[in-house]
Amino acid sequence: MIFHEAKLDNGLQIIAELNPNAHSLALGYFVRTGSRDETAEVSGVSHFLEHMAFKGNEKYTADDVNRIFDEIGANYNASTSEEITLFYGSFLPEYIDTAMELLSTLIYPTLRQEDFDMEKKVILEEIGMYDDLHSFTAYEKVMQAHFQGHPLGQSILGSVQSITDLTSEQMRDYHAKHYLAGNLTLAIAGNADWIKVLELADKFCKHWPAGKTDRPTDEAQPKTGTQTIIEKKTQQQHIMQLGPAPAAQDLLRLPAEILAVVIGDDSNSRMYWKLVDPGLAESAEIGFNEYDGSGTWLTYLCSDPELTESNLQLIQEIFNEVNQNGITQEELDRAKNKLASRLVLRSERPMGRLSSLGGNWVYRQKYYSVEDDLELLNNISLDDIQTLLKKYPLGHSTTAAVGPMTSVVD
Amino acid sequence: MGKQLIQTHRFPNGLTLVTESMLDVQSAAFSILVPAGSIYDPADRRGTASILSDLISRGAGPYNSEQLSCALDDLGVQRHEGVSSGHITFSGATLADNLAETLKLYALILRAPHLPENQFDASRAGVAQSLLSVEDDARQKALVELKRHAFPAPWGLPSDGELDHLALITIEDVQQHYQTSFHPDDTIIGVAGNIDFEQVKQQIEEIFGDWQPSEGREEPALDFETEKQFFTEQETTQTHLGIAYDAVPYGHPDYYAAWAAVGILSGGMSARLFTEVREKRGLCYTVSASLTGMPGLGRVLCYAGTTSERAQETLDVTLQELTRLGEGIEESELERCKARAKSSLIMSQESTSSRAASIARDWFYLKHITTLDQINEEIQQLTTERVLGYIHAHPAANFTVLTIGPQPLEVPSDIS
Repeated sequence: MIFHEAKLDNGLQIIAELNPNAHSLALGYFVRTGSRDETAEVSGVSHFLEHMAFKGNEKYTADDVNRIFDEIGANYNASTSEEITLFYGSFLPEYIDTAMELLSTLIYPTLRQEDFDMEKKVILEEIGMYDDLHSFTAYEKVMQAHFQGHPLGQSILGSVQSITDLTSEQMRDYHAKHYLAGNLTLAIAGNADWIKVLELADKFCKHWPAGKTDRPTDEAQPKTGTQTIIEKKTQQQHIMQLGPAPAAQDLLRLPAEILAVVIGDDSNSRMYWKLVDPGLAESAEIGFNEYDGSGTWLTYLCSDPELTESNLQLIQEIFNEVNQNGITQEELDRAKNKLASRLVLRSERPMGRLSSLGGNWVYRQKYYSVEDDLELLNNISLDDIQTLLKKYPLGHSTTAAVGPMTSVVD
Repeated sequence: MGKQLIQTHRFPNGLTLVTESMLDVQSAAFSILVPAGSIYDPADRRGTASILSDLISRGAGPYNSEQLSCALDDLGVQRHEGVSSGHITFSGATLADNLAETLKLYALILRAPHLPENQFDASRAGVAQSLLSVEDDARQKALVELKRHAFPAPWGLPSDGELDHLALITIEDVQQHYQTSFHPDDTIIGVAGNIDFEQVKQQIEEIFGDWQPSEGREEPALDFETEKQFFTEQETTQTHLGIAYDAVPYGHPDYYAAWAAVGILSGGMSARLFTEVREKRGLCYTVSASLTGMPGLGRVLCYAGTTSERAQETLDVTLQELTRLGEGIEESELERCKARAKSSLIMSQESTSSRAASIARDWFYLKHITTLDQINEEIQQLTTERVLGYIHAHPAANFTVLTIGPQPLEVPSDIS
């Protein structure tokens, strides 16, 4: 593996981890924009814009974009989160020219009015689709409640109302303000030639407008409170809870990842043995989510409504015990082992490397090889876990519930 | 694709080992298919295999449930156990150096599980919870129900079982299912990664060589559904549509032509369903078709999720696109299918898990392994005439149509 980095004059950052033995090449544009960068008037615009990118530009129509990607047998897609819009694909190495040109086309779409009007219908369908996924509804509600007054609480999809009201001019303005080369990172993993990458980046990206936007990254100060959403027709009760955890730039993020594995992994964790193994819950997990300046513990419980209250109590007991006594050396070692194995197995595919390569750069302006990550992981001690628990004890400030229950005891 | 190092061995007790050596990776993955799937559930106790697939890893040999989990975690095994119609499947991946120790643990799980009575209720409750979750997820439910109606019972029945059967199932049923189903004959072990065939073969001989074959059992009789249209009223935001029709099964001489026909409909974002239903009309976010099957029978299964007011139009347009395929296909549409096939075959060589699952599945359906080169050659040789010939011989017709949502839809009588 060889790492390279460069920056174009307009500020576009280019990073690559190259491996001549890989069968494929993964490529992604990480745009530092998402729902937290939106105002209420344009709620959902980042995600809508991600869809519009596939509608092409003056040179390529929407049909062309899809057709050419398929002609080179690409696996390609895009995603939008609270903070990053990502356009990515994996290809066979011989198609790098076409792939780079097309992915670069996505970044500066023409945003034609007729395409905008048609895609608005698809976005409304997507909102409808997620409305039928109860765990997603719970996630949206808990994010809104936890980050009330903070930009991270803004919905990624927007609402039926905000999308209906959105105009193509508003989208154009948003695009012009946020799709500046300095907000973008081009990340490449797998089988490619660095000189060629630079040539192509120069050819397709150097005319992009320079500049960079800033976003306030004050740590969120959530208030304690419970929000309950009642949907009587579901069979199971879906509960999501959020509590403060380290931010993406915090050195405690790795201990937080490890602790989440020990306490709430989907197998062989404390929550698994207490709730899932005995058949009390279908899912009982805790995850660590990192953002610019803030972080969360995300607890998810899905179970028989009648068992929800006692299950929440069991989870609280686990949290209290950990907050008070920490974890054992054996648990720490096992979690490290699990994470190391996941890391190595995922890294065998260029597509598996792309997200950590790009994510590390966007959040931390740093390259970590798989070996670096393994070493960092290996160096985490019980003292680090203690420091973490002191600053960010396991728990929640907010609860969202979707299901038949009319109230949830917090 | 490059030369693949595929080797197979059938042990005297009937167990089959299929391996692929991939020397430029660090990992090794395995996929063990035991012929203990849900089709062998007693008719009034659907869910027995599903409970067994959960209970079986709750302790084996000298390990209790937690010790077993810890031992696997210590070896860094990313694992999954699950039940399908035909099999209980154990799959996992880890660093190649840990494969031998990992397989030893799986030999204990397969051959010496505790099947602890005091954890039976927990296993059954877990299965009940996952069945209830499907009830909550209309999209998943649509696909489960479509499969139920598109395939003959017991192959089409939900492999997780039926909610109202669970209470009848006892630990004795589960133990009985284990006794009848867990034998080396017809069990397939697929291993792919940085491995040496001889070493793996020798180890499998050591840990499974004295496993006793079964006395044979009858395969369940097939029961074909006669109804074709189904509606479930549910308070959902979208209406969820499922459409199924006949195709050829894996292993059929026309299989790759069938694959290409479905690829033209739904392989990639330039394919017809995505273009016509989503891009041109904005009718839905998700619309797709896939080729799926059981031994001897293949089906195309389509799904679309759409706002209820536009559900009828979505159904009409989707059915039109399925039938329009018979009017002709473009050379360029087939070329795109070929490009996607080539690229996904090459990229599959980057995943040991994908290769292990693929070779084990191949053995189950074909009793031999098709190399990536052979698959690629079959696909590259397809012509539009041949694919169209297949479509005419197996037209999109005689549809099974299922809807979940607030209101039923009308299936055009000239089409169904």
